[in-house]
Amino acid sequence: MREISFSEATLEAMSEEMERDERVFIMGEDIARQGGIFGQFKGLPQKFGVERVLDTPISETAIVGAGVGAALAGMRPVVDMHFADFITVAMDEVVNQMAKVCYMFGGQCSLPLVLRAPDGIIRSAAAQHSQSLEAWFLHIPGLKVVIPSNPADAKGLLKAAIRSEDPVLYFEHKALFATKGPVPDGDVLVPIGKARVVREGADVTLVSYSLMMNKVLKAAEKLAQDGIEAEAIDLRTISPLDKDTIFASVAKTKRLVIVHEAVKTGGVGAEIAALVAEEMLDYLDAPIIRLGAPFVPVPFSPALEKLVKIEVEDIVKAVQGICQ
Amino acid sequence: MSYDTEFLLQLYRQMVKIRTFEEKAQELFLAGELPGFVHLYIGEEAIAVGVCENLRQHDFITSTHRGHGHCIAKGADIERMMAELYGKRAGYCKGKGGSMHIADFSIGMLGANGVVGGGYNLAVGAALACKLRNEDGVAVCFFGDGASNRGTFHEALNMAAAWKLPVLFVCENNQYASTTPYRMTTAVEDIAVRAQGYGMPARIVDGNQVLEVYETARELIEAIRAGQGPVLLECKTYRVKGHYVGDPELYRTRQEVEMQVANSDPLKHFSQKVIAENGLTEGQLAAVRSEVGAGLERAVEKARAAEYPGHTELFAGLYAESEVQ
Repeated sequence: MREISFSEATLEAMSEEMERDERVFIMGEDIARQGGIFGQFKGLPQKFGVERVLDTPISETAIVGAGVGAALAGMRPVVDMHFADFITVAMDEVVNQMAKVCYMFGGQCSLPLVLRAPDGIIRSAAAQHSQSLEAWFLHIPGLKVVIPSNPADAKGLLKAAIRSEDPVLYFEHKALFATKGPVPDGDVLVPIGKARVVREGADVTLVSYSLMMNKVLKAAEKLAQDGIEAEAIDLRTISPLDKDTIFASVAKTKRLVIVHEAVKTGGVGAEIAALVAEEMLDYLDAPIIRLGAPFVPVPFSPALEKLVKIEVEDIVKAVQGICQ
Repeated sequence: MSYDTEFLLQLYRQMVKIRTFEEKAQELFLAGELPGFVHLYIGEEAIAVGVCENLRQHDFITSTHRGHGHCIAKGADIERMMAELYGKRAGYCKGKGGSMHIADFSIGMLGANGVVGGGYNLAVGAALACKLRNEDGVAVCFFGDGASNRGTFHEALNMAAAWKLPVLFVCENNQYASTTPYRMTTAVEDIAVRAQGYGMPARIVDGNQVLEVYETARELIEAIRAGQGPVLLECKTYRVKGHYVGDPELYRTRQEVEMQVANSDPLKHFSQKVIAENGLTEGQLAAVRSEVGAGLERAVEKARAAEYPGHTELFAGLYAESEVQ
């Protein structure tokens, strides 16, 4: 299969969906003339015109609010948040408008709106440009949250998000944009709400997503050398969580480790751990382990930044600790 | 400008419909029949009606927490509105929204909004949709003087002006931001002066005179429809009732309210004018009031008799698509 970068994969998804449906357009800061901070929009304005690839003012509330309004008026907007951290500027629009309108208006409307949000730690971007905020939106009924870990899913999930009748937050890790991987040709969608068992194993279940998924797979290989066979699940969708896939794996392995780059406290791992504790406690042979960032903003200095990141070794050690 | 009788009666009918609906909502709320909060539009009827009589069915409006008047003026069905106030399944939102969240997408009514200043950018987005589709639709955003101090005002007006979007921003300056007099928190007398900072034209009208609102809005909406970009229309009015039904109104005197009602009630003013200047009779107006009143009584009876949503409807409408695609 051909290999392309994560960034190119998202570009293909945009291009194919804009070609397929003229209601699809994208707006955000620095996307048309600059092509996006990570080059993820390069070539789109040349192909579709600056009417459908809109450079906006630095006005997050206006961008997200107008996305909601345009979707209610029959369009299918994709809104780029520049950095996921800046979603916080538009929280009313995301939480009180985008998440609520379908339900609050009694299902009169649908809201086909995608927010693209580059997140995660990269190159000392510091506290306001490095966050992973996906758990905030898991807490809000009415939103769907997807978070690919590789180029194929990046394309397939973005296409599915654009075709979804529901509002979708699409988190894309900044450190993934340049990574390459196999991507199938053509119109291949990744279903929203379905996790994927990336690696099968009988001894422990590793649940992760986004950039951390790559570290989890490396950790699984190392563990295999020690005779521990880990089952690795890539969530791909944070909301709605694919409980069935997680539970089926835990029923088999009886051990669970959840890994994410986001702050551990109140993170996605906390929700999964609680679900398993509530419904599957009898299956467990060891305590559930969560690996996530310590409870501190992402610091600037490389010497400090590395202390908040989860590394392959951390995962290996955590698993060894419960598989003795 | 001369108007035919039918048109004048239509303006009157729409304003009376709003007034009667609001008086009934107040009565029902005080009687403990309606849950939640109710924010009344009494005294501001001329604005919604004067603006919306210029709109087509598929033009868009966004509204506020004080939204019943905007709904009615845009053509919403008062039976479904009343059922929604009761939280019944027959309501516009199947009982999920209530007074603050009535919407009717079949007539471009994109929803009342419980967040002050939450509607600006929805209107901007709807206008953007019209522009992207090369349609000549317009979006009207109703908001109050209180909402004009939200940051969303700035972002929306700037973006609409920068992109020359077909939006009419209608400020209903009713002198009170919730319970705070407007001038206590705002340094300028007129919200309209802010438009200049966005390169946007603005007009100020007496928002209690429906024909003045209608004529100005007509001129502005025609220009906006023709692609001339957004306009800010400030309508000076007065919030006759408290912020919500039950508001003790400790921030103003009864005399102030009575004086305003005596001098500037839009319905009273319009009735006197059309009888004196346009040859309408009190009998014609009374017939409108009685027809509207009967319709409203039917709406209340139906809403009372309607069923509440059942527990199986709790999750209905949360997502347009089932959880797993």
